[in-house]
This record gives sequence, structure tokens and C-alpha cells, in this order.
Amino acid sequence: MADLKEFEKQDYKGKDSTLCTGCGHDSITNHIITAYFQSRVSPYNIAKVSGIGCSSKTPTYFISKAHGFNSVHGRMAPLATGVSCANKDLNIIGISGDGDTASIGLGGFAHLIRRNVPMVYIVENNGVYGLTKGQFSATLDKKSISKSQKINPYPPIDLCSMAINLGCDFVARSFSGDTKQLVSLISAAIRHNGTAFIDVISPCITFANHEGSFVSFKHIKENKENLQDFGFIQPQQEVTADYEEGSTQEIKLVDGSILLLKKVSSKEHNIASRIDSLSLLQESQNKSQILTGLFYFKDSSKNFNEISNVCEKPLKDLKEAELKPSPETLDKLNEQLR
Amino acid sequence: MNSSTNINITIATVNGSGSQSANEILLRSLFNQGYSVGGKNLFPSNIAGLATWFNLRINQHAYTSFQKTPDVLVAMNQQTFYKDLKNLRKDGFVIYNSDFKLLAKKELEEFKTLALPCREMLKPIESPIKLRKFLTNMLYVGALTRLLDLDLEIIKSVVKSKFKSKAEVLNYNLQAIEAGYHYKIDLDSNLSLKKWPVKKPEKKIVAHGNQASALGLVYGGCTFMSWYPITPSSSLAEDFERYAHQLRKDKDQKNKFTVVQAEDELGAISMVIGAGWTGCRAATTTSGPGLSLMSEAAGLSYFAEVPAVIWNVQRAGPSTGLPTRTMQGDLLSAANLSHGDTEHIVLLPASLQECFEFGQICFDLAESFQTLVIVLSDLDLGMNFWISDDLKFIDKPYNRGKVLSAEDLNEKPFHRYEDLDKDGICYRTLPGTKHEKAAYFTRGTSHDKDAQYSESPDDFEEQLNRIKFKITNSRSSLPAPYIDKKDSHKIAIICYGSTDSAIKEVRDSLSLKDIHSNYLRIKSLPLNDEIKNFIEAHQRVYVVEQNRDGQMNSIIIKDFPELSRKLISITQFNGLPIEAEKIKQKIIKAEEIARNKN
Repeated sequence: MADLKEFEKQDYKGKDSTLCTGCGHDSITNHIITAYFQSRVSPYNIAKVSGIGCSSKTPTYFISKAHGFNSVHGRMAPLATGVSCANKDLNIIGISGDGDTASIGLGGFAHLIRRNVPMVYIVENNGVYGLTKGQFSATLDKKSISKSQKINPYPPIDLCSMAINLGCDFVARSFSGDTKQLVSLISAAIRHNGTAFIDVISPCITFANHEGSFVSFKHIKENKENLQDFGFIQPQQEVTADYEEGSTQEIKLVDGSILLLKKVSSKEHNIASRIDSLSLLQESQNKSQILTGLFYFKDSSKNFNEISNVCEKPLKDLKEAELKPSPETLDKLNEQLR
Repeated sequence: MNSSTNINITIATVNGSGSQSANEILLRSLFNQGYSVGGKNLFPSNIAGLATWFNLRINQHAYTSFQKTPDVLVAMNQQTFYKDLKNLRKDGFVIYNSDFKLLAKKELEEFKTLALPCREMLKPIESPIKLRKFLTNMLYVGALTRLLDLDLEIIKSVVKSKFKSKAEVLNYNLQAIEAGYHYKIDLDSNLSLKKWPVKKPEKKIVAHGNQASALGLVYGGCTFMSWYPITPSSSLAEDFERYAHQLRKDKDQKNKFTVVQAEDELGAISMVIGAGWTGCRAATTTSGPGLSLMSEAAGLSYFAEVPAVIWNVQRAGPSTGLPTRTMQGDLLSAANLSHGDTEHIVLLPASLQECFEFGQICFDLAESFQTLVIVLSDLDLGMNFWISDDLKFIDKPYNRGKVLSAEDLNEKPFHRYEDLDKDGICYRTLPGTKHEKAAYFTRGTSHDKDAQYSESPDDFEEQLNRIKFKITNSRSSLPAPYIDKKDSHKIAIICYGSTDSAIKEVRDSLSLKDIHSNYLRIKSLPLNDEIKNFIEAHQRVYVVEQNRDGQMNSIIIKDFPELSRKLISITQFNGLPIEAEKIKQKIIKAEEIARNKN
């Protein structure tokens, strides 16, 4: 992480939001700013990528000192993959929506997970297509009712289950209103050497906050269950005694920071077991519960650039002399083609 | 066809039988002995068991483009035997596998024949059974060597270099060739090449266009390639990867490149754009169906001004079309790929050297003009063998375009889409630049000079005008047309890409009929004004191309509408490689009509 003295919280802010007042996405934006600031990641080293949609607009609203790319609908994942390969030293954060990732971008999402592209991947999930005015998205529960009184007849795509199934090593779900949880998760995600996926329920105040919607603030409040309470200790911070030993799991991360998980639900959950995580998620879906927390975590896999055996120097920094073989080599190659 | 200066051979086999190796041995042997030879592989969209044909043309004037009617037929596929015979020239020569259960031998009677009892001929060799089908092909290699009076030692040395690491297999192959060679000594034919003038090749290579392209991309600085397998471009990506592993390792044996086999073409081109944005020379390789999928991303590259390269090895379309046949049918798609007003730089290689050169030029252009460059090769150029001079090293340094460093940003204000130099090209910074003024937001939506989202009608118009100006100005930096012109000639031929390989034969044949033509070969889009000047200097110009709708013809008309009356579209679009004879006949007919009118 960068020099502590260099950046202030101001340096992590972006432009004013143009989203509806009360939109969940704006809360997520604030939590992103907090997490990156507290983690002292240099804004110059961050690349923000997004697709198209209300959530994909948000990278403009945080860390203006970082380059951003608001690309095309559903292609944030492969774009991020190209960015990562071109400069493996960048800290990439990808913001996508449930339409962007669970419909048009589903293929890209799945393959990015398989490749374990090192980045923070956040889906701002509100069950609707906000920017095109309220159509159902694929993550919405069956029987949820739209603003125009349509009933969703289809079962949802659970992106967390998909991610776990496809081999993602960091899978979590959170809620835009849960500051401590989301800031802790994002902070841990920043350190993760691979794809860190966070599905963030983020209610759409305009198109999905009415009676009958399964993604309204009210419905979420009534049906949400946290698996764990969270804390995050930055590497330079003193570990204080304000958590109980025994019921708190400490996950030590690569730079010395610590993610704290305190079990709060009655559910027993082993975050190191894919099968347990999948069962847990299926069970909660059967009961129409909205489960949040860190579902699965593993620290040891290689990221995509390591699997690709790419050189230490970022590819984009390689100069012509390092890339263009010599005329003598071409003579030898011509010989081979006779 | 006159067999004293031209011999055309069709070898009909079954794919998956190893005949491709055998055919390559013949071609390389002829090449090494000093003959001018062309080889066209007509293979099915299948892995094994279907018919495949290889056309080998040997010609004293270096006319080596495809010729439909053979003088010699090597018939090793029972299924297509009668059809193949029908295609053979009257009083042609047939070498065939007499193990075939032929119901009527009457058709064979009108030809000179050599019957090879293949099973019996292979018996003394005692090879493992699984090698039999491969060795059967070597029998015809030996027989052809005898028929054409080729140097057996050269054939053997080519075989030796092909199987150098497999001594046992090599031995069986050599024995099979000898068996074919010695089976019948006197073949009573006038097909001996012995008296033909030969020129031993010096500093010449035999390679596929895809190989030369792959090597060109390595030399050209490509550090990121993403691709989705599709015929006929897969071998390009695989050759790139192979060459990159050979030539681009750092001192720790780590890769100075990354190749990603993407989940689809949508992913492949999006990865290229992400990598190009971040500062890599990034490319994807595909064919027609993939190009269609890349349409949306093409507009993103164009409008957000992010460097990207698509290398399209064209095949016959539309739709799935003929996956293993050639065509030049993607020109119009490529020129304006995407919705809205878009216009891309298109490069049109016609030779191994151009495939190699454009491997660097495509990036020099993509990065200096901050845009999409589409290279249009085709299956004929990409997957057939071509003989060419040694690939020449490109001494030009890479042009990385207008990229500002942190130091540069201290000196002047930075506005991503401001036309500072009045050439339409703005300055960009790369992610990771350590300066507080470096960052900006790239987007496919309309934007102002600072890359901020803008719905202002003026901003939108301004950006569109500037980009058009930028691309129009790029023409002076693009590969200029090849021109062969005598002021006295009043008609001309225009073409592009692999069509070039038939043009010398066409022009020479037309001259014999007193039709003397000039020639211009287009190497890039948008069209250079030189093309306009060239057309103006002629009465009639034949635009020859391998697609149905005369796509290049229509582009010339769009750009230079006042010249449309001089243009006559000549097309071939059956999926076969360009046939000089066909083109010549069409031009002669058109000339007769034109001359009668006058």
C-alpha cells in the first residue's frame, strides 16, 4: 500500500452523484471511498471499470484521481481481464449491475471467475433494470412484483452460488446500508490475490421499493440475516481488545491486515467449505431469506497473471528492444521456412 | 492448357489420412528443385473421412494461381472417383488406387493410367497397421516423382527433414516412396519436367500467410492476444503463441506476452480494448462470424478512441457459409463495422511479406490514430502454401502515438479529447500514471473535451467531426496502392488481397489478345486519392474481387461517385481460390461488349 501521508479522504472522492436521492448505490460508493482511503491504496494505481446501467455510472462518483472505463453493457468482465493482463500491478475495481452481470454479461462473469482475474468485483444488485425504467432482472426472486404490477414467474440466478461453484475464492453478499460489513469486506477484497466477488443488495428507490417487491428496503430489513459481524484492522493499526476471542475468527491477509468475523447467526458455517456454502445458500433461498456475509474464502490460489506466467514488468511497460526480435533471428526463422 | 509450360495436378484423397503431409512434401520438393509451384488445399469442414483435394500447379511463367481442370489426377478417394475423372482434361493422366472396387472401368479407358495396387505394394514394407493409410499416400508421391521426372534425392531429403525426429517412421515413408517410384518405369507420358528451366531458390521460403502474420505480430510488438477458435484463423493464434514462447521470454523464462483463449468473440475483443486502453499492443484474430460479433465493440474503440486490432482471416459467408473456403466478403462489414457513423482503417495484405509487415503497421496505426484497425486476410492467403522471398526485417521503430507521461503532465494542461495539434488526434494518458492530472474517464457515451459525460448537441457533433477528420487524415499514413502503369494503356485492373496472385497471368493472357492493361492494387481503406487519379486516367477499369456484390467496387463508387461509369465489377464467389482463367474470360467478354459499343 502507498505512503500513508500522501493521500487524504478528499483524494478518494469523485463527482456528485446523478442517481436518485436515496439510491442504495450511493451508499456503496461511500463505502468504497472509505475502504480505499483507509487502506491507503494510491489512487494513481487504481483502475475502475464498469458496464452500462445505473450502477455502472458510479465509478465517476468515487476516486476521480483514478482512470476509469465505463464500457458496454455486459462486457465489464472481459474488459477488466484485458486491463489486468496489460498491467498486473493495477488495483482493479469492477462495478456492475444485476442486468450487466447476470444477463448479458453472464458468460463473461463465469469465465472471469474461472480465470481468477485479480480484482474487486462488485455487483450492485437491485433486482431491476433501473436505467431502462424497471424491468425485472435475473436475480430477482420468484413472485416479486414490479412497479407496474407484473409478477416475476422465474426463479433467480444466485450469483454467489455461481461464483462458489465456478471456483471463486472470495464470495460474499452484503447490503448497501450495512457500513461496517461492506467496508470490511471491500477492505479484505482489495488484498485478495484473485477475484473477490461481492454481491451487494442495493434497493432501487424508484422502481423496486414498493409493496410486493422483494428488494425493497422494508422487505430486506424483514428478511435479511447476517451470517457474521465484521471488523477490519489495517496493517498499521493496533489490535484493540474490542472483540471477543473465541467467537471471532481472524483472517490474516497478505499485508498484515486482519479481517474479523464474529459469528452472529444461529447457523454454523465453515467458510472454507464450498459444499457447506452452497447448501447454506440453497437453504436460505428455499426460505426466501436474504443471507449476507462472507460465504467462502480461500487464500492460496494463483491469480490469472500467475497462471499465465507473465513477466514481472507490466506488459505495457515493455519497450521495443524487449519485444522485437533481431534481424539475425529473422534470418534463422527464414531458414526454418525453406 | 499447354503441358509444355504448365502442369496442373489434382490429388484427391480423404481427409485425416495424412495426405496433407504427402502433398506438402511434393510442393516443397518441386520448390527446392527450382520450379514455380502453387498449392491449393480444398479441405472439408470435418476432422476425418470426407473428401479433400490438393491442387498442385507447376508453371514456367510463375503462374501459380488456382486452375480448375487438371492434366494429372491422383485418385485416392473411391467416393469421388467418377466425379474426379469427369473433371480431368481430355487425354489427361490418372494415377489411382487399383484396390478400389470400380464397377465400370469404361470411364478410365479414355485416359492414360497408372494403377497402383496399394495394399500389395505396402506388404513388403511390413509397417505397423496404423501407419498404412499414411504410407499409401507416399506411394503416390513416389509415382508422381516418376511421372514428372523429379529428382528422387530431393524428395527424400524433404521427407528426411520432415520426419527428422522419428527414424522408424522416416524409414517406412522412404520405402513407400521408393515402392511408388519403382513400380512402373515407363509411363508413356509427355509430363516430364526434366527439360524445364529451373532456378534453384535462393533466400526463398514456403509458408502459410497465417504463419507470416503470427511472426509479424511478434515482431510488431503484440503483447496481448485474445482469440476464440474459428476456421481459418485458429492457426494464426496458435502460431503466435508458439513463436511468442520461442522469442519472447525474459531472463527468468517468464512470458513477455499473454495469450487468452476467450469464451467468445465478444469477450475476445473486449479484452483487446481493455488491454489497448491500458497501454498494450493488443490484437484478436477471427473470421467472418466472429467479426459480426465484434461489431458493438468496434464502435466503442472508434468513438472512445482506444487502440485495437482485429485480424480477420476471411472465409465464405454469409452466416456459417463455407467454413473451409475462401472469400473476400467482409470488406463492407469491416469498413464501417458497428452502428452509427463509424469508419475504420482496413489493411489488405496480399503476400507473406505484407502479412509480416502489417503485423507491425497495424499497431503503429492503431496507436498513433487511437482507433480500430482491421486487417483483412483470407483463407487462401492464410492457410495455403505461398512461395516468397525471405521475410524482410522492418527497420521502422514502433510508433506508440501520443501518450503523455507524468513528466509531460507537469508542462501542459491535459484534456483527453482536445485537438491540440489540429490533426484530429488528441493526447491520452495510461492508467497507473503517477500524476494527479492524469486520470480521466473513458466512455462509449458522448463526451466533452475532458471526457465527461455530455448530452450537449455541440459536444457530440464536435467529437464526431473531429474523429472523421482524424480518420480521413490517416490516409497519408496508410500503405499506399501498388501501381503498374503505362500511359499508353487505356484500360486497367484494380484488385486487393489474394486476388493479386492471379493478376500477372490475367494481364499477360489479355495482352496476347491485344488487350493491354494497367494495374493498381489497393492495400488499405479509407481509399487514397491516388486511386481516384488512376481511375481518371483510364477509359475502363475492371474491379476484380472475390465476393458477390462487388464490395470494393461499391466503396470506390461511394468515395468517387463521378467515376462510377468507368468501373466494371468482375467477381468470383464460389469459395474456390481466384481462377485466372475465369477472370480473363469475363474481362474479354466485357471488352468485346465495350468495344462493340464504341
